[in-house]
Amino acid sequence: MGHETDDVLDRFRHGDLDAFEALFRLHQRAVFGWILRMVRNPATAEELTVETFWRIYRAHARFEASRGFEGWARRIATHAALDWMRRVRVESGLITEMVVDAPAAEMGDAAVAAEIRRKTARAFERLPAKLRIAAVLAVVEERPHKEIAEALGISVAAVKVRVFRAVRMLRKDLESQGIRP
Amino acid sequence: MTGQDDKVKKLLKEALPRVEDEPEPSRDLWPRVLRRLDEKAGAPPWFDWALGAGVLGMAALFPAAIPVFLYYL
Repeated sequence: MGHETDDVLDRFRHGDLDAFEALFRLHQRAVFGWILRMVRNPATAEELTVETFWRIYRAHARFEASRGFEGWARRIATHAALDWMRRVRVESGLITEMVVDAPAAEMGDAAVAAEIRRKTARAFERLPAKLRIAAVLAVVEERPHKEIAEALGISVAAVKVRVFRAVRMLRKDLESQGIRP
Repeated sequence: MTGQDDKVKKLLKEALPRVEDEPEPSRDLWPRVLRRLDEKAGAPPWFDWALGAGVLGMAALFPAAIPVFLYYL
């Protein structure tokens, strides 16, 4: 994410729209990327980026410049994504649409491998939203646990617990579908 | 973590594509943010009220279910 001056942050805290636009221009790409990593759908990520900056502007008076804009924005973005995941639940099939179609090296028959990927993605969609976010950021995107913890407003230990529970739930779900990891 | 858990992680990585390093929105989102800021804050939709009332009703009738409900939040 970029660096903003104290003056811009101070003006934003007082509701200055020009300062807000400057911050938006500086951070929109990073916020969009962060959200995309969680929701896995570009159109939804754009919608949630707009939602995030709307929430950011509404909360301008509560912004503490000493804590930095980047982490604050990421936290708001994470909660916007979490709210969206809870709202749409499993039925959307958005993640399944994004399943990799590339050949899996060690899986043998391509059709079987594709079916396993599809079932894994569906099982992932069935996880509770808070476990899904922790798992996708930690396992798929390989983001540091500390970064995830700050974005979710929880401890690093809690992130590890969520990832552990997500993997165990996925394993059970896959086993119930006849896939033995 | 067991070896099986590691295999589940591997399956997950194979199933979901990793997002590229510097993804960009397809267009400038600032006009949409401005439109959103201009919108008047409307009343919550009826469904939200119904859902809230349902949750409160459940909590009143089955207080033991509150921890379970909070767990799944």
